[in-house]
Amino acid sequence: MAEPLVRVQNVFKSYYRDRLEIPVLRDINLDIARGEFLGLMGPSGSGKTTLLNLIAGIDRPSAGTIMVDQQDIAKLSDRQMANWRSRNIGFVFQFYNLMPVLNAFENVELPLLLTRLSKSERRRQVETALGVVGLSDRMDHYPNQLSGGQEQRVAIARAIATDPDLILADEPTGDLDKQSAEDVMSLLVQLNTEYQKTIIMVTHDPRAAESAHLVQHLDKGELAEREAMR
Amino acid sequence: MKVLKLISRNTVRHRLRTSLTILGMAIAVMAFCVIRTAIIAWYASAETAAPDRLIVRNAISLTFELPISYGDKILEIEGVNAVSHASWFGGVYIDPKNFFPRFAVDAESYLAIYPEYPIPEEQREAFLRDKNSAIAGIQLADRFGWEIGDIITLQGDIYPGTFEFVLRGIYTGAKENTDEGTMFFHFDYIDEVMRQTLPGRDGSVGTFVVRIDDPARAAEISETIDALFVNSLAETKTETEEAFTLGFVEFSGQIIQGLQVISIMVIGIILLVLGNTMAMTARERINEYAVMKTLGFRGPHIVGLILGESVVIAVLGGLLGLGLSWLVIPGMRAALSVFLPAFPLEPITLILGFAAALLVGILASVFPIIKALRTSIVDGLRIID
Ligand SMILES: Nc1ncnc2c1ncn2[C@@H]1O[C@H](COP(=O)(O)OP(=O)(O)OP(=O)(O)O)[C@@H](O)[C@H]1O
Ligand SMILES: [Mg+2]
Repeated sequence: MAEPLVRVQNVFKSYYRDRLEIPVLRDINLDIARGEFLGLMGPSGSGKTTLLNLIAGIDRPSAGTIMVDQQDIAKLSDRQMANWRSRNIGFVFQFYNLMPVLNAFENVELPLLLTRLSKSERRRQVETALGVVGLSDRMDHYPNQLSGGQEQRVAIARAIATDPDLILADEPTGDLDKQSAEDVMSLLVQLNTEYQKTIIMVTHDPRAAESAHLVQHLDKGELAEREAMR
Repeated sequence: MKVLKLISRNTVRHRLRTSLTILGMAIAVMAFCVIRTAIIAWYASAETAAPDRLIVRNAISLTFELPISYGDKILEIEGVNAVSHASWFGGVYIDPKNFFPRFAVDAESYLAIYPEYPIPEEQREAFLRDKNSAIAGIQLADRFGWEIGDIITLQGDIYPGTFEFVLRGIYTGAKENTDEGTMFFHFDYIDEVMRQTLPGRDGSVGTFVVRIDDPARAAEISETIDALFVNSLAETKTETEEAFTLGFVEFSGQIIQGLQVISIMVIGIILLVLGNTMAMTARERINEYAVMKTLGFRGPHIVGLILGESVVIAVLGGLLGLGLSWLVIPGMRAALSVFLPAFPLEPITLILGFAAALLVGILASVFPIIKALRTSIVDGLRIID
């Protein structure tokens, strides 16, 4: 069997508030194959965001290892980790988190500023990404001139601008109406099938979860059996 | 590049807040420049003093006079090469608010000892010939629209009576900081009137001006002069013109120190103003910084954003403040010319004002930067506005 793209092994995570240990994740083991579309479900507070953050390399586990593409990311320094994130991870947030002072084009260009790409190469890449999400005609619109669904699609364009293998989405449809949510989901499915992106998506929405190949349930910091969707 | 765009767009994000901060900074920088200029002006007023001039006055106080006969005795002292005298006239020109300094002097010797008040030769001769005449500084003449030949009437108080003078000369200061706001006329004219109307009020003068050969001997000659009149009816106190001016200008050294402290406090205030704005700004953007960090931006980028915005605001406020100073100080110079002959907005003041603004810009960003760097990505993302 081929190496999984993501391998989470014996991961524990606790937060500390006023010296009090708050265990959030307990002995998580999870393999995600390349090209997978994994849905992560579970009650509020069960640790879904925390697990996603660990895989994204924006937080570190208290114990255990996380291998992404054979790289033990816990071994990276903060600086290396930032670098690694910018090249390997596309992150989609529930509340889009676009820069309000930048227009759609500039928001998508933002992660590319950290690369060595020339201005014209960046432009081509931004235009491609905005084309994929179907917003080529909204490039100079600012976030407050876009609908929620459009904002989220710009955010997805930003996540794929650097062409990362792994896309992590934390409740990407959580703040959207039904129609926009369906648009965003079909976009994610398209990224998975057409562009071979591996996707891990946290969601509360069973309809959204239907788009995933597999769904993992997290409860009180522990993983339950996986459930195949299709 | 793009980061500059982000900084400039962030700066205009809260227009009102940014404008108020810039305005507050501008007013404070202007206050700073005005205070510094006042301090410079005060020192400049003493700098106009010549090192070879001594002032002799009554030992009791300036309001007590000295017999005019002292002049000849002082001139006999070895090392003294010229003596003149000047008496504060006081009085009113039309209205008490038209205040300007007026001195009754021994004209010929006075103009010889004060080369910084040059007047054209024919005006000088006309002035010396005519006992009822006067000369005035160009600023003063401009202020009241006086021209040569005009009659100027003063109502005396220290020297009671109504006095009419014909303006015979207008002087332009020899140096940039020379006072151009004073009127001089003949002591003889005043003294003659006193002799007729108030016998006994005549024959005494306010101060003697003594020119010496060697400034290094100022202390020694001062002592000699004072020793000459010790135990007489009017004992004297002699000091260099500089010491006299510094003591005379009502600003005392303590007030100057106070001004220095205030100018530093003004900087402290702008630090609070900008610091507050930047703290609010950075707090609001903690979530955005976390997103940027998620995308791979690191500490230096965040520092650049916050520092950049703070410095942009500070520089704008500073420049506006310098502009305001440049507008306001000439007006103050005119208004204060009576008290402070020079009120120069010097380059060093502008540089200091700008440097202060820049420093404030840097300092104001320190705490927001520390806060932004200390907040982990995870905590930053959990803050949803
Ligand atoms: N930075 C933190 N500091 C302290 N406690 C935290 C932190 N992040 C998460 N937690 C706690 O960890 C637990 C899991 O949080 P997490 O955000 O991962 O849950 P979640 O499954 O994503 O919930 P939701 O569905 O509401 O988003 C919660 O009890 C939360 O309070
Ligand atoms: Mg969550």
